Amino acid sequence: MTAREDWWYDEAAGPLVRPYAMVRGRTRPNAPDLHLVTQVRVSAFASDQTSLTVEHREIMALCTRPLSVAEVAAYLDVPLIVVKILLSDLIERGDVIVQNSSPQIPDRDLLQAVLDGVRGI
Amino acid sequence: MVFVGSDGQLTVPTAVKIVIAGGFGTGKTTMVGSVSEIPPLKTEELLTEAGVHVDDLAGIEGKDTTTVALDFGRITINTKVVLYLFGTPGQNRFWFMWDELATGAIGAVVLVDTRRLDSSFPSIDFFEHRGIPFVVAVNCFDGAQLYTVDEVRHALDLDEAIPVVLCDARDRESSKTVLVGLIEHSMNRLAAV
Repeated sequence: MTAREDWWYDEAAGPLVRPYAMVRGRTRPNAPDLHLVTQVRVSAFASDQTSLTVEHREIMALCTRPLSVAEVAAYLDVPLIVVKILLSDLIERGDVIVQNSSPQIPDRDLLQAVLDGVRGI
Repeated sequence: MVFVGSDGQLTVPTAVKIVIAGGFGTGKTTMVGSVSEIPPLKTEELLTEAGVHVDDLAGIEGKDTTTVALDFGRITINTKVVLYLFGTPGQNRFWFMWDELATGAIGAVVLVDTRRLDSSFPSIDFFEHRGIPFVVAVNCFDGAQLYTVDEVRHALDLDEAIPVVLCDARDRESSKTVLVGLIEHSMNRLAAV
């Protein structure tokens, strides 16, 4: 027998806080148009952060520069769906702004800019 | 880098993406890493049992959820445009993720290992059926170039219009050339419409 009280918790047990606990059991974001590459950044009018959770604040700290939803999820190390729900909270509060478009096929000018950019790296 | 519009408002860049596809072990993450400005990132999507056909879960029975991992990198094109490169999930049971990846993409690179040509068939079928521009890049592992471009084209039964190139996914310049070829192919397709 071990006296340690945390004996049951090891790597195989997975994360101690289950992902859906971070979002209070919600499974869908209120903002429907968040895709993998949707760009998010902190707005110029971010409100008082005292009522925010740790995860919300981490997102606010990350997104002082524009990042994609996928990057936010990777840096926070939480599943995409969780980040989408947390981001939709911040969008509702007006704390972050997003690129206002669903994914669409790039036009010729955009493709030319990407071509020039890739050639230049 | 400053992201402020002409009116002084904060702005967000336009994001575009390219999908790097191919069978397991063809060098997808290697290619992402060779051109990305950041070390490849990994993100996960949770998948509940309801989202997957039961047969597809063979071997992982007993799990309530499983995860689909996506590797990706980024190339900042300029202050207004950023390009993301997404490696497709290795297992074919995650087709629903391919749809999200492919929607609005510039196009796809299908990486091919000539030792396992058949592993690239599902990727080619996927992009052909959805009309998404793609190029086939033969990853020459350890300099091993076993077949010519024409032989690969014939073996994969590819249309003449689909570019086929040889590459080394570990090499930045080589991967860059593949991406440039894909973007040019997409532009040609756009012009032809």
